[in-house]
Amino acid sequence: MSKLVGQILGNRWTKVVLFTACLVPILLLAPRLWTLATTGYSPGLTANPIEYITHYTGDWTIRFLLITLSVTPLRKIFNQPKLVRYRRMLGLFAFFYVCLHFLTWFVLDKFFSLPEMWADVIKRRYITVGMLGFAMLLPLAVTSTAGWVRRLGFAKWQRLHRLIYFAALAGVIHYYWLVKSDVRLPLMYFAILAVLMLYRLATRKSTPQRAAVRAATTPNTASLPD
Amino acid sequence: MLIRKPTDLRDSDVTPKQMYVNRRRFLTGSAALGAFGALGGAAHGMKLTDAKKTAYNVGDEKVTPLDAITHYNNFYEFGTDKGDPSENAKDFRTSPWTLKVEGAVAKPITLDHDALYKIAPLEERIYRHRCVEAWSIVVPWIGIPLNALLKQAEPTPKAKYVAFESYFDTKQMPRAYGINFPYVEGLRLDEAMHPLTLLALGLYGETLPNQDGAPIRLVVPWKYGFKSIKSLVKIRLVEKQPPTSWNQIASNEYGFYSNVNPQVDHPRWSQAKERRLGEFVKRETLMFNGYSEVASLYTGMDLRKNY
Repeated sequence: MSKLVGQILGNRWTKVVLFTACLVPILLLAPRLWTLATTGYSPGLTANPIEYITHYTGDWTIRFLLITLSVTPLRKIFNQPKLVRYRRMLGLFAFFYVCLHFLTWFVLDKFFSLPEMWADVIKRRYITVGMLGFAMLLPLAVTSTAGWVRRLGFAKWQRLHRLIYFAALAGVIHYYWLVKSDVRLPLMYFAILAVLMLYRLATRKSTPQRAAVRAATTPNTASLPD
Repeated sequence: MLIRKPTDLRDSDVTPKQMYVNRRRFLTGSAALGAFGALGGAAHGMKLTDAKKTAYNVGDEKVTPLDAITHYNNFYEFGTDKGDPSENAKDFRTSPWTLKVEGAVAKPITLDHDALYKIAPLEERIYRHRCVEAWSIVVPWIGIPLNALLKQAEPTPKAKYVAFESYFDTKQMPRAYGINFPYVEGLRLDEAMHPLTLLALGLYGETLPNQDGAPIRLVVPWKYGFKSIKSLVKIRLVEKQPPTSWNQIASNEYGFYSNVNPQVDHPRWSQAKERRLGEFVKRETLMFNGYSEVASLYTGMDLRKNY
């Protein structure tokens, strides 16, 4: 079974299939947008399409961030090293959806007004934290290429890419602060994020490099006089 | 040549003919399938033909299509998503019904379902409806002024406020979530007696759809939508300011007055503009939602403090 999964993960067509699957949310939106554009009303986008699209793309951003963050735990738990081949693509899809989310807000809600946008960013804490999350994802998208890994060196690159933890947290807080009273969904996202982060914390100690670093920096208590 | 715009909306202006035709076709079709009963309570969608037209309208602003009014609802008893009430309120029973007027009154009143429609002659009034979430609609309500009912009950000098309560039953409303139930609201007596304050029994020429607060709801057009409490079962005249549902869960965000005010932001978003459902570009929000005649109710009051 595990071997079969490994084979599937190794197949180059899997990436194509997954890529298409990641586009499904936006593809589902397309016919509804068409209905809206041609008839002026699409039940699938509710009576408030701009708000609906903003929430829809925001929702998918958080989902893709969480999916991206589950790659490493899944890889370790199921011993499927090839899973890592999909991590960058999933992360970039999170970035893709956050761009749509941001643009929906900036174009359709703020109508390209930079002063209005800035006023919101500094005044509304849910927007402040949302923008912070978006800003953290920007360097990650830019440095997602193999060239950038080389240029930065893997250790530095990896440290930089830990920003995704904070970006995901910012996303969840952004959502939590936005809703009026029904916080079930943001709390569920927070719970998933917490599990993914706790897994990282729990497995942290076991990496050999860290053990070596710890050994080198911990004072040798055995040599202290009694 | 001067071309004058008609200032008053006629019924035919309000309701696109296409819509009536479609609705009739839909109803006929459903009846033919034997599905009519499944559409809702006995009284849902009945014509209210004898409502007289009034001067209450909104100039040349377009009335919001019925589909938006009935599929974009905040009615947490039936779920917290805006699409939930239209789904989950389908089987809500609005008959039998009891509405009580009690408290500081000389003549307490108990009304059953049929009596609701006979309190006073029905009127059609086209009002703006502005949600605290910065979206708005224009609704052709059918109803009666609240003061007509209150006067019948004869408030005593002790009556300073009016407390309202919604119907609540977990069996019929298993998806209720997010706030305390039953939903409660309140007005100062002078606000309640203001001629604009309406008890709505219908919209678009028919009895209220369940998701819009059937069989009877409050409509206070100069206040944020959540003040316009739905599916009323109790109206109590009281001496002290009554508790209100949203204020109970977040008093810094939802005040007792909650007058539409573009200058006073919600702590988390601006109230300066609103999105009228069906329109692309946001509108400027008007003070008191455009009902400046209520301004005298608040002379000398700090509206920033009394949000």
